[in-house]
Amino acid sequence: MSDVPSDAPEHCPGTQSEQAGKTSACEGCPNQKICSSGAPRAPDPAVEVIKENLALVKHKILVLSGKGGVGKSTFSANLAHGLARDVSNEVALLDVDICGPSIPRIMGLEGEQVHQSGSGWSPVYVEDNLAVMSIGFLLSGPDDAVIWRGPKKNGMIKQFLRDVDWGELDYLIVDTPPGTSDEHLSIVQYLSGAGIDGAILITTPQEISLQDVRKEIRFCQKVKLPIIGVVENMSGFVCPKCKNTSQIFPPTTGGAEKMCADLDLPLLGRIPLDPRIGRSCDEGRSFCSFCDQEPSIIQRIQDHLCRSQPDGATEEDSEAVKGTEGALN
Amino acid sequence: MDLDDDKGSLAQVNHVILVLSGKGGVGKSTMTTEIALALRHTGKKVGILDVDLCGPSIPRMLSVDMQEVHQCDAGWVPVYTDPSKSLAIMSIGFLLENPDDAVVWRGPKKNALIGQFVSDVAWGELDYLLVDTPPGTSDEHLSIVENLRKHKLDGAIIVTTPQAVSTGDVRREITFCKKTGVRILGIVENMSGFVCPYCSECSNVFSKGGGEELAKLTGSPFLGCVPLDPQLSTSIEEGKDFIKAFPESATFSAINLITQAVLANLESA
Repeated sequence: MSDVPSDAPEHCPGTQSEQAGKTSACEGCPNQKICSSGAPRAPDPAVEVIKENLALVKHKILVLSGKGGVGKSTFSANLAHGLARDVSNEVALLDVDICGPSIPRIMGLEGEQVHQSGSGWSPVYVEDNLAVMSIGFLLSGPDDAVIWRGPKKNGMIKQFLRDVDWGELDYLIVDTPPGTSDEHLSIVQYLSGAGIDGAILITTPQEISLQDVRKEIRFCQKVKLPIIGVVENMSGFVCPKCKNTSQIFPPTTGGAEKMCADLDLPLLGRIPLDPRIGRSCDEGRSFCSFCDQEPSIIQRIQDHLCRSQPDGATEEDSEAVKGTEGALN
Repeated sequence: MDLDDDKGSLAQVNHVILVLSGKGGVGKSTMTTEIALALRHTGKKVGILDVDLCGPSIPRMLSVDMQEVHQCDAGWVPVYTDPSKSLAIMSIGFLLENPDDAVVWRGPKKNALIGQFVSDVAWGELDYLLVDTPPGTSDEHLSIVENLRKHKLDGAIIVTTPQAVSTGDVRREITFCKKTGVRILGIVENMSGFVCPYCSECSNVFSKGGGEELAKLTGSPFLGCVPLDPQLSTSIEEGKDFIKAFPESATFSAINLITQAVLANLESA
């Protein structure tokens, strides 16, 4: 993983590289000594602090996609609401899309502010058991742009994980921006101590989206992030008047189903393109009841988390988490 | 980077236009492709520079995804879509060995490549260079604006979908333009309504009117609406020239009007 500072000399090998402080590009760099000592290669001390801060978080799930606008935030919000419907679940949703935070609007929390307490930043609560954190809560207005390069974005993500008082959680869902860059590397790196259960990949049916999602799958493989499964969103549009289905975003290469078969990944489900979903996002309402696909997708995700059991919880615990019966295997 | 090389590569490029949006998946690459094709249709020489380094879509949309970039004395030779060389393209997609390879880069590496894309591509003579960008207001955007400012940058076309979730992000992009001094050529509302092919009922899948409202709110020109059109998404998927294939469609005339508005704006200035 390269980690080149923004003010580094050209051809800097990166502070994390084996070659740090030793290449010809390092000659004359004021940090050459520090780099060649190997000190920067030691893991960021924040990783340990984050591990402690998240010690009471059972499951951490990333929602990823190489492509923008495929419904990562919509799905994350939906998943959070769906899990929180079971009042015994404590759920939190963290938005690490620093430049385009959509979660506050989708959750109906625009204009909310984050409060400081003795134990850190308090997230904003939608329900008693559903907490939300986003950079949107730190901006002074809807026109405010976050024009930041990588290192500042990484610092923000670190703060979200280290300084937010998450408390005891069953699920922490992390919504990400599109791409395979700073935000993604940082979240995976910072959570390396605490451990991530896995990633859910969102795509639309077209090849133009799948080609970016395949890149994201490569990214997951590179950083050794397990993939829980793939969700195909905007899969066919049912006309509200005549009930015929149109493929607005045509699956010209077989859609997510073929990609999943090719790459041996589970397809968690398909969500149709439904104007009600978009509308409820705009209005910040929960729309689980609208979408009959959702329960089975959430069920499959919970089943997956129970099966892998990374934190050594007992079988009974997992049954309790699972809630409703009739699981799809 | 090397200031000596900087002068040559964009010297014969008349106009440079950014295509921006705070939101992903609203159709930046689709609009870039269609406006480029529409410009070519009117006899212009056009180039597309794709600075979406983590998710380059332009090569596939113009079905040049298996091409490679070659070197010449003047720098990297862009990939041309046709023998008459009326549409030139540069994208990181051409530099990857395998199309599924992920570009897992942090900011500084992305900035360095964008610097090279601006200074080292032998575009030759072009009437218009369109620059397609990734979503957001971060490294790629700052780098491309900084690098282009040394040459010329006419302004930006902003793409949004009608939903509030999208226009909310796009407002931030407009603030970015204002802060960095990039002129806004206008706002395009994409995915604006879908006409059911069975019953002709128009559904506003992603709401309606958000782009125009945003234009009013921010005092920017409104360039027009482009509907959700399966013919357009299929053309984009298969890398076909939509402008040539469906010259009678309403979508074509919408794109054409937007292109004309941009042309009028730039050529009168």
